[in-house]
Amino acid sequence: MHPLFDTKNSPRLVWAGVAVVALTLLVLPFALAQIGTTWVRITNYAILYVLLALGLNIVVGFAGLLDLGYIAFYAVGAYTYALLASPHFGLHLPFWAILPIGALVAAFFGVLLGAPTLKLRGDYLAIVTLGFGEIVRIFLNNLSRPVNLTNGPQGVTGIDPFSLGDFSFARSETFLGLTFSGPIKYYYLLLAVMVGILALNVRLQDSRIGRAWEAVREDETAARAMGINTTHMKLLAFAMGATFGGVAGGMFSAIQGFISPESFILVESILVVSMVVLGGMGNIWGVVLGAVLLSFVPEILRWTVEPMQRALFGHMLVEPEVIRMLIFGFALVLIMLYRPAGLLPSAVRKRELARDDDAA
Amino acid sequence: MLLEVRGLEVHYGGIRAVKGVDLEVHAGELVCLIGANGAGKTSALRAICGLHARGGSVRYAGEPLEGRPVFELPRRGLVMVPEGRGVFPQLTVEENLAMGAFARTDADVGADIALRYQAFPRLRERRHQTAGTLSGGEQQMLAIARALMSRPKLLLLDEPSMGLAPLMVAKIFDIVREVAAQGVTILLVEQNARLALELADRGYVMESGAITLSGEAKALLADRKVREAYLGEGAG
Repeated sequence: MHPLFDTKNSPRLVWAGVAVVALTLLVLPFALAQIGTTWVRITNYAILYVLLALGLNIVVGFAGLLDLGYIAFYAVGAYTYALLASPHFGLHLPFWAILPIGALVAAFFGVLLGAPTLKLRGDYLAIVTLGFGEIVRIFLNNLSRPVNLTNGPQGVTGIDPFSLGDFSFARSETFLGLTFSGPIKYYYLLLAVMVGILALNVRLQDSRIGRAWEAVREDETAARAMGINTTHMKLLAFAMGATFGGVAGGMFSAIQGFISPESFILVESILVVSMVVLGGMGNIWGVVLGAVLLSFVPEILRWTVEPMQRALFGHMLVEPEVIRMLIFGFALVLIMLYRPAGLLPSAVRKRELARDDDAA
Repeated sequence: MLLEVRGLEVHYGGIRAVKGVDLEVHAGELVCLIGANGAGKTSALRAICGLHARGGSVRYAGEPLEGRPVFELPRRGLVMVPEGRGVFPQLTVEENLAMGAFARTDADVGADIALRYQAFPRLRERRHQTAGTLSGGEQQMLAIARALMSRPKLLLLDEPSMGLAPLMVAKIFDIVREVAAQGVTILLVEQNARLALELADRGYVMESGAITLSGEAKALLADRKVREAYLGEGAG
């Protein structure tokens, strides 16, 4: 290894790297605001996807339970926030009270999904979770009668932004000569939450619980014979994953100010699964990379595909939306062919997919 | 008495795979349960641990195991090495061993791993290799070593010789003998009747779900019916 990248023997280098990344992340929103506030918003959504991908990684990457309905927990968190902080019921609870409630409700739904599926694995579990995601969405769509709980397909509007006393996350403010717009304020909040959840994930992976999940993923009978309560561990994985989804959902609700069942369709679940798989199941940093890439690349394509066609052919041949999905799909196929364990594979998956001659 | 099984029953739908088995294992003994393929040996063993629903009663160290979940047993010193070994294929040998100590909360796990390496030099050589890349015999060694990591009082071994070459079978039986010599009580389920009986103190013969013969291993080895049915010696 090049001495410059020999991180094991020079912890100072690691700290320098961390400092550079931290500084970049702190300055980032102001740099993006120069291009357009839209990009700050896009970054905020990207962070929400990172939170979702980290949550799903616990279920899929750590415990090995394929969940194709993960977005349901995002929906549960989002609706919990929306119903408790909007004119819909006339409730306006503070965000610091609702977010934990949303997380708890989502965790409850996680257990609700986990309990009946304890004996299922692989494809069968995937089908049930897929159904669960759809059930939640359809309920949200139809719970407007007889009692109007969710306002049906119209969704909930006028959701309160986060605020603390006089400080509101929706207002622009100038501080020390810098203009902090709403999205920039949310950016810092999201960044803080992301760092917290990342730290939690790293600790979790190296913990006793993380090891137990590893055993459950590898061989459930053997895990039980080792003294691991596999039932608890699987439910815990579902609950933890759902909790992170619920927190992300609550923040989504507040940032967006409006939610409807449309935001929680199956494609969203698949997108989050793609982030986890593409980045590298089970590897926290890989999952972050996957989420960042899959949130930004389509946006970048959206902004480049049209001008590029005009420059090349003089007029637009293919709709940006079409070509975006085309390139997106093609990139996923390439990655599955050449990096089947993901961009940054976890140590264990790398072994799993290595050829025999590499392993020996 | 360390393990006392009374009237053990296992059903698969309408089929009775184990029909009222009585079995005892005393502390310090090596007891084998032999029988042909499909006699219900593995079902009986899995039912004892609670991996299958069962009828009848199982007492371990004087306490009934009814309603006790499987994962509690290692903490109480009862560990099973499942049929087909059940190593974690994508984890390294060392990670597998560490996982074996999951039920323990003390800090001597590292020292215990070193002890296992002393007993199984082959595993030390392959400590950073994934368990899935080991040969069948090495995987069986690893499975036994991993089970020992939880410091069992009673070890249940399910067909450790299955699918192994004769030389490796002999080696695995040597290991079982050594483990027993260290004071671990063992209940061994085996198809290889001769080797099992030569090793064991006592034996049970199982036939279509029921125990048909039991006694001192030496006596069973000399028994005419056993010799004909299981040791491949034709009737005279």
